[in-house]
Amino acid sequence: MNATVDSLRRAFGDKVGRALVSCGQTIVYVDRSSLAELLRWLKETPDEAYDFLVDVTAVEYRDPELPLEVVYQLRSLARGAELRVKVELPKEGALEVESVVPVWRAADWLEREVYDMFGVTFTGHPDLRRLLMWETYSEGYPLRKDFPLRGRFSRAEQVRRALAANPEANYSLEELSIAQAQYDLPPDMRERLERGERGSIPEPKDERHG
Amino acid sequence: MAETRTVELELATTGTDAHGRPVRIPVGVAGADEPDLTAESMLLNVGPQHPATHGVLRLVVQLDGEVVQRVVPHIGYLHSGFEKLGEYRHYNQIIPLTDRTDYLAPMANNVALAMAAEQLMGIEITERCKVLRVIACELSRIISHLVWLGTTAIDIGAFTPFLWTFQEREKVYNLQEAWTGARLTTSLTRVGGMMADIPEGFEQQLRDFCGFFPSVLDEVDRLLTRNGIWISRTQGVGTLTGEEAIDYGLSGPMLRASGVAYDVRRDRPYLDYETYDFDIPVGQHGDVYDRYLVRMEEMRQSVRILEQALDRLPDGPVNVADPQVILPPKSAAMNDMEAMIFHFKQVMEGVRAPVGEVYFAIENGKGELGYYFVSDGTAKPVRWRIRPPSLLNLAALPKMAEGHLFADLIAINASVDIVMGEIDR
Repeated sequence: MNATVDSLRRAFGDKVGRALVSCGQTIVYVDRSSLAELLRWLKETPDEAYDFLVDVTAVEYRDPELPLEVVYQLRSLARGAELRVKVELPKEGALEVESVVPVWRAADWLEREVYDMFGVTFTGHPDLRRLLMWETYSEGYPLRKDFPLRGRFSRAEQVRRALAANPEANYSLEELSIAQAQYDLPPDMRERLERGERGSIPEPKDERHG
Repeated sequence: MAETRTVELELATTGTDAHGRPVRIPVGVAGADEPDLTAESMLLNVGPQHPATHGVLRLVVQLDGEVVQRVVPHIGYLHSGFEKLGEYRHYNQIIPLTDRTDYLAPMANNVALAMAAEQLMGIEITERCKVLRVIACELSRIISHLVWLGTTAIDIGAFTPFLWTFQEREKVYNLQEAWTGARLTTSLTRVGGMMADIPEGFEQQLRDFCGFFPSVLDEVDRLLTRNGIWISRTQGVGTLTGEEAIDYGLSGPMLRASGVAYDVRRDRPYLDYETYDFDIPVGQHGDVYDRYLVRMEEMRQSVRILEQALDRLPDGPVNVADPQVILPPKSAAMNDMEAMIFHFKQVMEGVRAPVGEVYFAIENGKGELGYYFVSDGTAKPVRWRIRPPSLLNLAALPKMAEGHLFADLIAINASVDIVMGEIDR
């Protein structure tokens, strides 16, 4: 077990939950309320020096009772140490966690991807919008377990939506304002963009799962 | 005797400057308000279908004249949902998906996936398999860097290196084809071993390649390294300091060109890389030129590793002797009852992994390629995460390009060495 877990317990007390080792790699669960503070501490404490954020991702288990996990893979380049920090997000509550972009810039796109694929909101992220899917994608979050492998909509519906999409809607409002193209958009879309809403994600009516 | 004449001219000028010379203003605008162009910026859409974006990448660029003020990359055009597909497949069935992520170095991806699954299952591979996988990884690094070198040279305006590098890449592709039967979708590894041992004559062909290939690098080196145009297009362009590179989570040649000597092969050794003798080139300035130098030297070091691997290649089996993991030979599966049962169970149920999770990383041509598996004890992973090096490297593009000329943006984008199949997954 990585010695950092003991230091974390001393510094953060009961904010640090269980820790375990899997395949020789240490995993520590922490409370979401102090996540960003704790990760900053891990980065800036000289004895820890986890200066490199390797990855941010999320895991949803097949058992629907289990909470969703956001996973931070950390590394100290100088010490050669690695630590995996996890935060559990119960599915009945808001899937929300504080952004670590102020700590590592590397988190920018990684958090956007988790938002895009799992629907986890990172509060304080400077530019939280979908990364891989387009802005007006409305089928939900593809890597969630309740998302069917072939998508929620039928093939015909997917094609219809793709053909009906306004290509300008793929631009962010910032870009549209530079180009002044926002004035060419249909009024409803312009209004939505001006409200700061980046595409709506309605609950699908033809849900195939239970 | 020359006569000096004085001519009086009426100058359309508002006065004289500090040196007493008349202030020049453009003809025809005296008195008229000049349009203020400084506040106007142009939005330029680069890609997604453009050779210089190296795949279906769209860059929305805000320009002030020729100066890049802001770059917003848009990705996702090649999104195939590989991570989702992996959750519905046995570990061995995921290997073909890895061919299609970083399709410029498929063999290294196959190796990484098999090793991640082996670490999860606690399988020790054979010595011969280890050396063969090193050969696969280093060949992949060479072809990945060759594509980078050729296309980057084209982006910057030198066409010839492209022909030379692709000729060499073709030789590696012939080796790949001889080994796996495929030039691109290699699917080389299996959990616990390889899909095949190397064929007859492979070692000699590889030795011939290792003997000749450095001379091609020398030729490219003569053409580019001290070329005035190349230098002025690349030096001081897209600079990142070591701290910035770490902050942005860069890896591979991008990180090392900024002076951070981190290489997964040395710092988290796998496949006994610590027993090979090779150097890790590190840049000083973190600009496009240093990235070029780092990649050039990495190819030479890969040749060194390949030669050592050929020298030490031991005899013996390539697959572990575990009938639960490795399929029995077809003749045994057809004639022997026990072998047939193992064959059936593996094909129908797959290899089970114990409950647990693993993050396994290799140094591939683009940077640190990590596979993160979470298993709930079944034959299919709960979560298969690809940590794509190109994605994180590309995310630093706005930081590198803003403030540079538009032409430099193309050079900087080329220097990142992206492959969209891996970024979009």
